[in-house]
Amino acid sequence: MARVLSALIIGLVFGSGIALSGMANPAKVLNFFDFAGTWDPSLAFVMGGALIVTAIGYALVLKRDAPVFDRLFHLPTRRDLDFPLVAGSAVFGIGWGITGFCPGGAIPALGLGHGDAWLFVGSMVGGIAAARLARHTLATHVMAKAS
Amino acid sequence: MTEFTPWLSLFGGSLIGLAAVLLMAFHGRIAGMTGILSGLVPPFSHDWGWRAAFLAGAVGAPALIVAMSGYTIPFESPTPAPWLVVGGLIVGAGVYFGSGCTSGHGVCGMARVSPRSIVATLTFMVSTAITVFVVRHLIGGL
Repeated sequence: MARVLSALIIGLVFGSGIALSGMANPAKVLNFFDFAGTWDPSLAFVMGGALIVTAIGYALVLKRDAPVFDRLFHLPTRRDLDFPLVAGSAVFGIGWGITGFCPGGAIPALGLGHGDAWLFVGSMVGGIAAARLARHTLATHVMAKAS
Repeated sequence: MTEFTPWLSLFGGSLIGLAAVLLMAFHGRIAGMTGILSGLVPPFSHDWGWRAAFLAGAVGAPALIVAMSGYTIPFESPTPAPWLVVGGLIVGAGVYFGSGCTSGHGVCGMARVSPRSIVATLTFMVSTAITVFVVRHLIGGL
């Protein structure tokens, strides 16, 4: 119970940050990337603030043996650069540039009650589901061939 | 045009950072929306409880701010509906294969100086800027 309540409160902090910073506003996000037009540098301040707090906070937190509600910190360990990482990120950028919505911005935008955010998030979840299915199908296919 | 909001954006960004630190301190998890959300796309991951709670908080926060303070959170989506669908599908597939988005790679991964996250963040920032340039200045809008 405490675990779920804690996640809810942390989600509230995250959503408040996204909403106040302007990340939930597609027009503002698109303007940040429009150097040749109506440039709005605000999002550099979002990234700057988030990065400074996270870098300092992580350094302090990760000195501990374990998080409060778990036995270990779940940290990504991979350091290799592969094709899906770069291609996936490039493709993500195309979608972000078309819509101004990224996943972390779009989810809190749902709470503002605009249909546009719901349409985007519904499609995005469909995209994640389709990509996962494609990867699993491919993996099964390759394994079947190998055996 | 959107108003330049350095202080509000810095404050909001700091809250995003605070949430990332708290999620690591209490749950030992990276505050990446892609990773958290992926566990809630069927088939659900076994630890869906904290993910659903985090998501509920993230969605509820803007509604709560509006209800309690009366402050209007600016929102404008200039993209036509069909392109929102196309963009949504592209973003979903991209962040799945790229193992993360602005929150996971751009904030948490960059803060850890992860080489994968630095490359991913540079890649999607450049890709987004190129796309915005093409859409707004070469095609002249969608």
